[in-house]
This record gives sequence, structure tokens and C-alpha cells, in this order.
Amino acid sequence: MTTKLFGAKVPRVEDQRFLRGQGRYVDDLLTDDPRLLHAAVLRSPHAHARIVDIDVSDVLDLDGVVAVWTWEDLTGPMAEPLPLLIPHPTLTHGRTQYALAREEVNYVGEAIAFVVAVDRYVAEDAVARIRVDYEHLQPVVGIAAARAAERTVHDDVPDNVGARMEQENGDARAAIAAAPHTLTLDLDIERSACTPMEGRGTVARWDPDTSRLTVWSSTQTSTGVRGCVAAKLGLDLAKVDVITPDVGGGFGVKVVHPWPEELLVPLAAKTLGRPVKYTEDRREHFISSAHERAQEHHVEVGFDDEGRVLGLDVEFWHDHGAYTPYGLIVPIITSTQLLGPYKPQNYRVVFESLYTNTVIVTPYRGAGRPQGCFVMERTMDAIAAYLGKDRTEVRSANFIQPDEFPYEHGLIFQDGRELTYDSGDYPASLAKLKELVGWDEFEDFRAEMAAQGRRVGIGLACYVEGTGVGPYEGAHVHIETSGKVKVATGLTTQGQGHQTAFAQIVADTLGVRFEDVEVTTGDTRKMPYAVGTFASRAAVMSGSAIHLAALRAKEKALRIAAEALEASEEDLEIADGVVSVKGTDASIDLGTVAVLSNPLRYAFDEASKAATQFSVGDPGKPPVAEGDEPGLEGKDFYSPPRSTFANGMHAVIVETDPDTAEITILKYAVVHDCGHLINPMIVEGQIHGGVAQGVGGALYERMAYDESGQLLNASFMDFLMPYVTEVPTSIDIDHLETPSPLNPLGIKGAGEAGVIPSAAVFAAAIEDAEGFPITAMPISPSELFELRLAHADEPDPTEAPTRSTP
Amino acid sequence: MSIPGAEQLHDVRLHVNGSVHEVQVPARRLLSDALRHDCGLTGTHVGCEHGVCGACTILVDGRPVRSCLMLAVSAVDAEITTVEGLTEDDGSLSPVQQAFSDCHGLQCGFCTPGFLTTITAGLADNPDPSEEEAREMIAGNLCRCTGYQNIVKSVLRAAELGKGDE
Repeated sequence: MTTKLFGAKVPRVEDQRFLRGQGRYVDDLLTDDPRLLHAAVLRSPHAHARIVDIDVSDVLDLDGVVAVWTWEDLTGPMAEPLPLLIPHPTLTHGRTQYALAREEVNYVGEAIAFVVAVDRYVAEDAVARIRVDYEHLQPVVGIAAARAAERTVHDDVPDNVGARMEQENGDARAAIAAAPHTLTLDLDIERSACTPMEGRGTVARWDPDTSRLTVWSSTQTSTGVRGCVAAKLGLDLAKVDVITPDVGGGFGVKVVHPWPEELLVPLAAKTLGRPVKYTEDRREHFISSAHERAQEHHVEVGFDDEGRVLGLDVEFWHDHGAYTPYGLIVPIITSTQLLGPYKPQNYRVVFESLYTNTVIVTPYRGAGRPQGCFVMERTMDAIAAYLGKDRTEVRSANFIQPDEFPYEHGLIFQDGRELTYDSGDYPASLAKLKELVGWDEFEDFRAEMAAQGRRVGIGLACYVEGTGVGPYEGAHVHIETSGKVKVATGLTTQGQGHQTAFAQIVADTLGVRFEDVEVTTGDTRKMPYAVGTFASRAAVMSGSAIHLAALRAKEKALRIAAEALEASEEDLEIADGVVSVKGTDASIDLGTVAVLSNPLRYAFDEASKAATQFSVGDPGKPPVAEGDEPGLEGKDFYSPPRSTFANGMHAVIVETDPDTAEITILKYAVVHDCGHLINPMIVEGQIHGGVAQGVGGALYERMAYDESGQLLNASFMDFLMPYVTEVPTSIDIDHLETPSPLNPLGIKGAGEAGVIPSAAVFAAAIEDAEGFPITAMPISPSELFELRLAHADEPDPTEAPTRSTP
Repeated sequence: MSIPGAEQLHDVRLHVNGSVHEVQVPARRLLSDALRHDCGLTGTHVGCEHGVCGACTILVDGRPVRSCLMLAVSAVDAEITTVEGLTEDDGSLSPVQQAFSDCHGLQCGFCTPGFLTTITAGLADNPDPSEEEAREMIAGNLCRCTGYQNIVKSVLRAAELGKGDE
């Protein structure tokens, strides 16, 4: 009997090529093609300026330069603004850039000219020769400047407000006014960025013989790139193939909207009739891809003596940068997901999405949730401090209870569906977390450490994550005559181990050996309908679709095998790629069944020869019966009614140095519930990585823009990301599995969980160590030191912080 | 200052993974680019081009070197090992590669070649590192996916596997 693979820590098949240097990332492709050309981009050095003149006359003189484009050279749809990919009725002033700037630039890094040459060095030489005359305009940098609106980013967007959106369930303001206790808080989060180790990249090749364009892009959405390229270049969709090879990390930034270079590279390849490659360098990634996180929040909350939230009113301002190609996804998620595992009885949220002369904002792992979690969890901690209660008690008083699922919040989620949680058990998760981190024993530990002159603090934070958003994913499963199973799903992979996890599902569903399953992702030639890998949706969406497609293939295999074995389908079972009649020796290989499924039976191979001993089909009917088709395949799509909701809780113990204010992590604990785990090893890896990014976001990473809109830390020298020396030495993880009722496998997404509660949990622990409120993240040692000075006059620094409205 | 149009090319003989690659490169060509684009050894990855991330780390005469901080023309007399050269002669994984597979020490795989070369050199110096020493061994390499815990485990596991070979 085949061992069940779903739920097992199966080693990853993709590792074999990665470990041997045989991974194929975009920049690795076509390296031996002597006709390959390389592109470089002239980018704006100014945050806000009008382009008076562009002089490219020195460029084509340079040996090795093949072509240069500015906006004036673009025609048709390419000359129009890039698409606003996800419009929303409240995005009243959506604006997008041009593939190459026309008349105005709105951030340092905006693409102005595109040069193609024999190699990247020469292309960059050429870029340096382009002369641009600018008329300087005053930039708008940061949320405060955007809100002040003394200047605007776009002349036709009043007060820099791109969107204003409000949702309310109940009457929050009346509930707060009537509540026994109220608090107000102002809570800020800085800009950070995904920063995958591999930057963006695109290669394109035009085949004049077939008039086909092949594009390889380091994207999270191949089908999205395909649609954009076809539309912008005026090509039939059927003439464009997009393939996503190995991708060196995405974390949100490689979602499509599309990037200028993703269109310019195919345009150049088609125009020049030679393959063209663009590989982003690290500085370009900082100044011309995308950032996220920057938001300022104002909270008013009313609660009772138990800490139960009676009314919650949140207003926040979201910095979406210079353009809004990806719409309002991030602030909509903050506004809905900040509720976490709680059920405030009355909730109102309103946000403004603001233009600034900085790089655009698109979702970064967690996508608005880290900010929402920060807001809600800081509020919970403030209530606990005000009432003098244990922080876990206040949370318990507000939890949605296990018997209240499905729980409707009365709000609309990012997918346009009702915000309804499918399943969870938050009290059980909290009990596990307290045990894991030693919550109840912490005061003894604090006293022990204090006796040594050491200062420690503990914090916790809870989150709920909408995962597995629709609308659909599909899969195709093909059982070959060799018995090997080829599986294709359209979404891409960026290191999450899809080839392994999906093969586990197929092996179990179909009853074949794991080694015989090969999974292809992100290739529009094999699955032209797909959405993409983001929003923790791959396992839920493609995992479910693959399961359904495998069931279809299995159904057909059993039908044919039953006929061949002269048995009833109900009496058959499949294990290790062999169909057997239960309790007998009668059996047939799946590969042989695949031969029988095709009336064209040339004896190419052993399976075909073996098939001759079986007879299937009615000689009185056509070889392919009506309603049937040759081959042993299954294809299906999975489309959920709404998102699944994973959840979790993190706790951290930190030590803050009394002199240097350095923050050290002593213990980190995670309780995680993503429903059934396909591969716990992969899920835990995702948690580890998420926690590391969260540590970065909480303690180190920020985009240091100066007032003129220059990004001062646009390199790995200056933008601090965690090395091994900055992450917890170990992470204690416990799982709870409350399966989702929304999909056949009971799974929920796990990709972003690790990063969501980081700012909240570190702020809580530092606050607990220091005794004064932490309201802005990230926090550096020098900022903590400044806060100590500011709070030095307070009577008792170890007293719990309180913030009360008069 | 304008840059001369036609660049002078230099004949360079690179010794990589036991093979010789004759390439013609301009003096400014980075070793990382020469390995990837001229020798076709794309296992060495470029993550930052200023020597910080470690993705492009190779072994030059056995020592870990950032290939994005070295020019191809200066590597003429050196014995270079890239990730493609770490595999055993029979095609099986080296102890360090095997340890990464055993311990889930990689996700997207982009930074992995730099870690593998760095650790290979590190374990040659210190075949039996403590956990703290393992951490120090990889403290100059950036990874954005794994959170590093499993990479530290991989170093310790590789040390174990290496001992098994003796």
C-alpha cells in the first residue's frame, strides 16, 4: 500500500537542480545565444520634474548600441498610460505611469528611455550619454506632506487623495461615546520592501517564422504578463507565450501590473528581430520596483470593564507612492483584516490613499495586514494596560468563539466578497502559545533577569489572514503510457516548493509513486487560464484544482481499467501506479490503461505491447465514443465561494540593553493554523522566512527618503535586512489544524503568516521591557534611546503605559 | 568624459571546476559576468553587485570570494570553483549540498550557491563547528526566504556528513 504523502515532510524535488547550480532563473536563459541583446533603462534622477527635452543623439554613435526608445518612439497602446490593473469605485483619482515617461516624472527611478545594446555594460554606457533637460518641481514626500497638500503630485488630483473609502458595521462612534472607557492611539508604520534576492527580469524572443512571441519573466503571474504584452503590442493572445522559469523570490513585488520593462523588452525583441534581455540591478530594484507598509493610523476605542471592545473607530492614511497601478488592495486589506480574531461590536474604518513622489506601492508579503495587526494588537495592549489586566485576558474577552463559525463581520473583503471567517479555534491557539512561550512563568524570569541588571519584556500578537483568494486556478493531469504523470498548473512558483507539495497531492489522489509525478507551473502554453502566486493562494487554489483534475483522471482510469479487467469500478483500487481488483491478483498498470485510452495503438513501448492482452471498446461503435476523448487526462478548475482564513499567534521575549538600547531576541514562539498541512517541512520553512522578514520590518528596514525624494539607502550596504545574526536562533512552532470547509483538502494559505504580527509583537515586548508606549515601527536602538530620554521624567518607568482620553 | 566606442578585448584563460575556458573580455568585465555569460556557468548568481549579499560567492584557490568584486582579467592564474563544481565526481551531492537537501536549507534557491561555496570553504577551515561558529560561517550571506535557522542546521549536518566520509 502506498504511504500517504499528504501531511508528510517530503524532501523537495526542486532542490536537486538548485543545489547543483542547475536552476534556471530568467537571467540564466539564452546565455549561449549570440544574437541576444541586453537592455538598460535611463531613470529619473529627480522625484518631481517636467521633461523639457531628451537628447539621444550621442547614443547610437556608440559601438554596440542597437536601439533607443523614448516615449516619442512609442506608438498605439504602448504610448498610452499603463493599465490600472484593479480599479475600484472609491479610487476616484487613479493614475498610472507611461512605459516611458511622457512630459513628467513623479519619482526617482521612473523610466525615461530604454536602450538596447550588445551587452549590459555598453547599454549602460549609452544610458549615461542621454541628456535630459528638466524643469524641477517641488516633490511631495511622506504622508505628512501628502496630507498637508501644500503641493500636489498630480495637477489634477486635489489634495493628493487618490481614494477615500469607508466601511461601518453598527454605529462605532455612538458605541464609543456610550462606553465605560475610551482610549485614543496614533500608530505609524514605515515603508519597507520585498527585496527578493533575485530582482526583476524579462527575456523575449520573436520568432519571425511563426510570428510568435515568447516571453520569460520573473513574475508571480504569467497569464497576467501574457495578457498585458498581447494587448500593448497589439498581438493576438494566441501568438504570445509567457513562461516563468525558476524565480528567486517574489514576496509580492513580482506581481504584474505590468512593469514598463516587461512590455519594452518584448517590444524591442519584436522590433529588432533578436532576443532581448533585461535584468534589474539592485539599485534599480530599490528605486523602480515597489515598496509597501507606510501608513499612519488614528484609533478611538470604547470598551467595558472586562476589556471587551464595544466600539472601534479607525482612520488611516496610506502612502501609495506616485501611481496606483495595483489599485487599493493594500489599504482595503488593512481596513478589513485589522479585526484579527476579535469581534468588536461596532466598527467603523475610513482611509485615504495618498499620492507622494516616491516609488509605487504594491502588496508586500502580508499586504496591509502587518499594519492592521499592529493597530489592533497595540489597541488590545493599551486596553490591558489601562485596565491593569493580563494582555491575554483582554484578548480572550474579545475572541470569536469556536462555535461562532462561520463568522460574518458585516464588511466587504479585498475579493469583493463578504468578510466571513470559515473556521478557527482562537482560545485553543492562545492556550498553546502561552504554554510554548512560558507566558505564565515570565514574571519569575523577569525578576531573575532584573537581579542580574538585565531588562526583558514579553509580547504577543494575534492575527487572522484571509488566504486562498479566488477567483480560480486550474490544473491538467496527464498520465502517460510510461505510467509517469505530468501535471500542469498555471500559477507560478517562487521557492515555495510547489513541485513537491503538488506532487504529494497527485500521488495520494491518483495512487501513483511520488517520483513518477512531474509538476510544471507558470507556463501559459500548458495552462493559459490562471491567476497567480500571491495572497497565500497557491496551495489552496492550485492544490485544490490539482486534486480535482487528478480525480477526473482517476475516474477515467478506473472506467477503462474496469472494462479491461472485466470488473466493477467499485472493486478497483490504485496503488503505486497499478490498478488492481481488490482481493485478487488481477491488475493492470496505469501506463497500460493510458495505452488503452487511445485507440491509436502503435506499439511504441512496453506499455503498448502489454496492452494487447486487454480488449476495450465496443467494436460496434466509433473507436472514440461520443462524449469521450483519447488519452488519459483530467482537467479541472477550483473556484472558491470566498477566501479561507488562516490564523496564528506569535510571542517574543526580548532583552533591551540598559546602556545601548540594543534589542536582542531571547525567545520566539509561533502557533499557526493553516488547516491541513500538505508538507509541514515546507510550512515551517515559510514561517521561518516570514519571521525573518518580520524581524527586518520591525527592527531594521525602512526606506530613507530625504525631503527631495531621494532614496538614501538604495543598496544592501545601507538598507538593513536581517542576516543570520539578526534572526531568532530558534523558533518554537506549534500547529493547530482547523480545516477549511471551503475546499476539498481542508487547507488554508500559509505564505504570509510569519510576517504579519511582527511589528505588533516586537512593539509589545519592547514596551513591556521599557515601560513606555511604543507607537511607531520599525524601532532602532537609537530611537529607543531617544524614547527613554523623552520618558525619563516619568515617575515610574516600569509602570504599565496608559493612554486615556479626557 | 566619453567612453571609447570599441572596447579592447583581452584573451583570458579561466580555470573553472577543473576545465579551461578561453574567453575574450573587456578589462572591466566582472568575474561573475564572465562565469555566467561567457562560460555559461549560470549557477553563480548576482544579487547586489556590491559585495554585500554573497550570492555570487565562488572559491578562488579554495578561498571564498565575491565574484562581483573581482574582474575576470584578474582571475587568470587562479583555480576557480563554482557551485557547479561542488558535486562529487560520481555526480552525487557533496556533504554540504546533501545537508541543505536534508535540512530544507533553501527555498527559492537563488542565494543557495553562495551559501554552498561559503560553507564548503568554512568547513575546510573548521570541519567541526559549534552552532555559534556555524552561524558565524554564514553571517556574510543574505537569504530572504529561509530565515536562516535551517541553513545553520545544514552547516552542522554537513559537518556530520563530512566526518562520515572520512
